[in-house]
Amino acid sequence: MRSDVEERRPPQVAPQPKGFRKALLLIERSSKEAVFDCRMCGQCILHSTGMTCPMRCPKNLRNGPCGGVLQNGNCEVYPDRPCVWVQAWERSRKMPVWRDHMEHVNRPVDWRLGGSSSWENLLTHRDQHVPTAWSEAGDVVDLTGEPPDVVYLEE
Amino acid sequence: MTADGKTPPIQPRSNLEALLRAGEFVVTSELQTTDGADPVSVTELADMLRGSVDAVNCTDNSAAHPHLSAVAAAHLLADRGVEPVVQFACRDRNRLSLQADLLGAAALGARNVVCMTGDDVTAGDHPEAKPVYDLDSTHLLRVARAMRDDGTYVSGRALSSPPSFFIGAVENPFAPPLDFRPMRLGKKIEAGAEFIQTQIVFNLPRFRTFMARVEELGLLDHVSVIAGIFIPRSAASARYLRDQVPGIDVPEEIVSRMEAAPKERQAEEGLQICLELVEQVRGISSVSGIHLMSIKQETAIVRVVRESGLLPRPLPRTSNAPAAEAVAPSVARS
Repeated sequence: MRSDVEERRPPQVAPQPKGFRKALLLIERSSKEAVFDCRMCGQCILHSTGMTCPMRCPKNLRNGPCGGVLQNGNCEVYPDRPCVWVQAWERSRKMPVWRDHMEHVNRPVDWRLGGSSSWENLLTHRDQHVPTAWSEAGDVVDLTGEPPDVVYLEE
Repeated sequence: MTADGKTPPIQPRSNLEALLRAGEFVVTSELQTTDGADPVSVTELADMLRGSVDAVNCTDNSAAHPHLSAVAAAHLLADRGVEPVVQFACRDRNRLSLQADLLGAAALGARNVVCMTGDDVTAGDHPEAKPVYDLDSTHLLRVARAMRDDGTYVSGRALSSPPSFFIGAVENPFAPPLDFRPMRLGKKIEAGAEFIQTQIVFNLPRFRTFMARVEELGLLDHVSVIAGIFIPRSAASARYLRDQVPGIDVPEEIVSRMEAAPKERQAEEGLQICLELVEQVRGISSVSGIHLMSIKQETAIVRVVRESGLLPRPLPRTSNAPAAEAVAPSVARS
């Protein structure tokens, strides 16, 4: 492989999962897909959304339902399925903790993390990356806009 | 004070903002979508609405159908002396394209923007298209605010001159989860929304409950709420809204009232319903204005404004407002 290609890769792109990291990914994917119909966005906010995966929303909304929710609480795109955010709201009300997270503004999705393990990204702080000028004022996570130091888990 | 504790700017960014700040009951409307390359299709509508409304929304591929671009329409409106409100939907563009168009809209004279998610592509005539949804509406609000207040793209790269926008959002008080809607409005305010245009109001009790909760949460200190009002033209159009457009709550009594009228009187009945709704909505002290929508009946919009006693509209109050001399004498406000 040419070495300059390696050098040009931005630091936040998740490296190819191998060994222990691959095992972690497989465990996370198989369990969360089965339980939450998880879409492996790699930056999990399940606890903020009543343990309902917001990436199941056809519009990938991270901050609440769109205006097209049907009167029966179903999705406008899939009228035979309940709106993900109606479920998120109802379930979040029953949560003993993190109920207030429904009020917080969630940051934009970092699409580079799709398909990677959010557990690994949590440990390595890779999921803490925000666009430099994204203001987190009043947000769950208090970040000043500086990109976090990314740590790579050893193989 | 805005949500993030900043004091509002001394100069309002747009005439719409100036009027809202002055406590005027504002009237906005929506430009009928056009599918022609001829600018006359927009300028004709602009001439019809000028003087009757304070600002006109340029929709962004509404109902997921492609139409003349909102930014282009906004430029044509501004040129004709009508203040545009440019809608930005997250469905068709990623964050690069959205920011490019926000900047482009500002350069072409737009001073009001409204950020929204957008109907899904499956609702339109290109259902097989790839939807984008890179950002959601809340994200886009904050990106627009960052461009304006911090003078940078969201990446942090500096703009040589920042846009000056009055930033708006939409909210639907009538779609589930109903209890979450006022809180969601609060999130949009936190993200940057300074005014709100609501989904079409037919269900007044539901709207009153929503507004009471919005007031209770203290959100009206940060945002002006403009109520969406539709002028039904026929019983069929009322049924269409109820059955075909997701998220609109049309009570049975509205539909049956339209159906009870003979066919040739239905447009008149729709106008009456609309006038009554405007009257009721004006009675809600927390509402700052109305946003009139119709399908292909601009004359009805003008009639509703006139018959509701909302004419004459206040004169433009900002230097940003479209220049009065742009108005040709033959089409000047009557």
